Amino acid sequence: MKAAEIIPILEEKFGDRIRGKNLEAIDPFVVVAPSDLLEVARFLRDDSRLRFDILNCISGVDYLEPDPKKAPKAGFEPHMEVVYHLQSFTHRHRFVLKVILPRWKDDKPGELPEVPSVTSLWRAADWHEREVYDLSGVWFTGHPNLTRILLSEDWVGHPLRKDYEFPLEYHGIRGR
Amino acid sequence: MATASAPKKTQDQTVVEFDVRTDEMLVNMGPQHPSTHGVLRLVLRTDGEVVSEVTPHLGYLHRCAEKIGENVTPIQFIPYTDRMDYLAAMSMNLGYSLAVEKLCGMTDKIPEKANVIRVIIAEMGRIASHLVGMGAYGLDLGTFSPFLYAFREREMILDLFEEVCGARLTYSYITIGGVHDDLPEGWVERCRQFLDHLDPRIAEYHALLTTNHIFVKRTANLGLLTKELALSHGCSGPMLRGSLDHRNGDPDWDLRKLEPYCGYEKYNFRAAVPPFDDWDLGNRTWEPPKGAVIGDAWHRFMVRMLEVVESIKLVRQGLDRYPGAQGSHRLEPPRQLPAGEAYAETECPRGQMGFYVVGRPAKDAVPLRVRARSSSFSNLSVTDEICRNCLIADVPAIVGSIDIVMGEIDR
Repeated sequence: MKAAEIIPILEEKFGDRIRGKNLEAIDPFVVVAPSDLLEVARFLRDDSRLRFDILNCISGVDYLEPDPKKAPKAGFEPHMEVVYHLQSFTHRHRFVLKVILPRWKDDKPGELPEVPSVTSLWRAADWHEREVYDLSGVWFTGHPNLTRILLSEDWVGHPLRKDYEFPLEYHGIRGR
Repeated sequence: MATASAPKKTQDQTVVEFDVRTDEMLVNMGPQHPSTHGVLRLVLRTDGEVVSEVTPHLGYLHRCAEKIGENVTPIQFIPYTDRMDYLAAMSMNLGYSLAVEKLCGMTDKIPEKANVIRVIIAEMGRIASHLVGMGAYGLDLGTFSPFLYAFREREMILDLFEEVCGARLTYSYITIGGVHDDLPEGWVERCRQFLDHLDPRIAEYHALLTTNHIFVKRTANLGLLTKELALSHGCSGPMLRGSLDHRNGDPDWDLRKLEPYCGYEKYNFRAAVPPFDDWDLGNRTWEPPKGAVIGDAWHRFMVRMLEVVESIKLVRQGLDRYPGAQGSHRLEPPRQLPAGEAYAETECPRGQMGFYVVGRPAKDAVPLRVRARSSSFSNLSVTDEICRNCLIADVPAIVGSIDIVMGEIDR
């Protein structure tokens, strides 16, 4: 099934709760609010026409231009995206689901934005969400064990954020 | 209500097992353990010899590849992809190139010659990777000679690669828009000679490992992975194919078949999906050894062995096509990446390797985000499930059958 057929099915089921869609994109996607994510994801996995039984990838994308001179021309408002790449073993089609978040929860720097965890739907999400938390700084509520996975437990900050500052030293090892 | 005269026959084996129960112990395996294939650290919760839980700890080889990708142009990032799955660096180059080409809308414009070279090279890389996987797996299980035989043949592939691009491990040969250089003169002939040399060796490997009594005893019915579990964990490649059963109507789950790229649809090859009863292996009928069931370590190993045979076929077809292939070996890519995002997956020796590239809305040569979806990462996440209630000595046999490369997991 093509994305052009998948999106109407979702719109019919969820109506306005599909916050945005892009059919012209190379990989067409829909955007949902964090509060609707679990429900939409469960529908995508369980509906007999869709059956997205494989979660290939979860990526965190930080939209921010740290250089204030370039920021007006960057072409986007600062925000965070969590992107889910899905694939169906049964129907062999693919789809992309997106959640758009503020960079910080309630715009308080340091407070990580929150997304419900999809570990209950796809076990693959366990490690992928830990990686997104670790590197991009997104908090997945309901995750059974949301700890850093690639970096050490006492690491400060989330390196894939555009405003991340490289540490000057780590346990006596010089950075920079 | 329990009576005092309980029948004696309730004292079954589990009661005896309970009697010898020891204290639980946490055993560290790695990160310098030779059979964890790189710097993987496993923490085993053990009860005597039985493992009750396995916790993998990653990150010892983390080199910030994704962060680097945000700061360099795609062509500059190609050498970093080499260092992800360093046993199949050609496939990594190809995966990233395809993602960037998809973003730039170049996919259909790649010249035929470039695609033919890509298939030849990627399949040669797959042979080399599976040879290491096979040899190292033998090493895990305590046999040394297959490792040496595998490396003998792999060395010849590395020599061929060295002729093509000058490097033996980190090639950076396949690049955005095609391949870096045309094949050198006489290479096709030398490659054919190598394939003629390798073909009869496959039977030797089967005699040394696949049908070896000790090998079968150590791998059959071990580390059982069901199809449902594999899909839920996002396992792919030989890990998933080893759990499929074409008698139940499972598809040939191989991206080269499902979503052909680089013209794979024009080649004649098969995806290795068990049971292998209809495979012709050296003019004899094939039966799985006694005790082997679909989804165990033996089947995962066998999938890799069969993929080597299929890759040889693919390379031969590619070499036949090469002289008549039209076009140049490379198309110049645009200097700047367009806005938008593209996700492309390729079938690498270890599974589905995906690259997600996001271009900046204000056109720039540097992408906004590069994400690598690693197949070994998802494959490894299933370790805990398939290692439960096995013996400590079986953990290397199971982890080895996943065939991980830490460079790809930690990136």
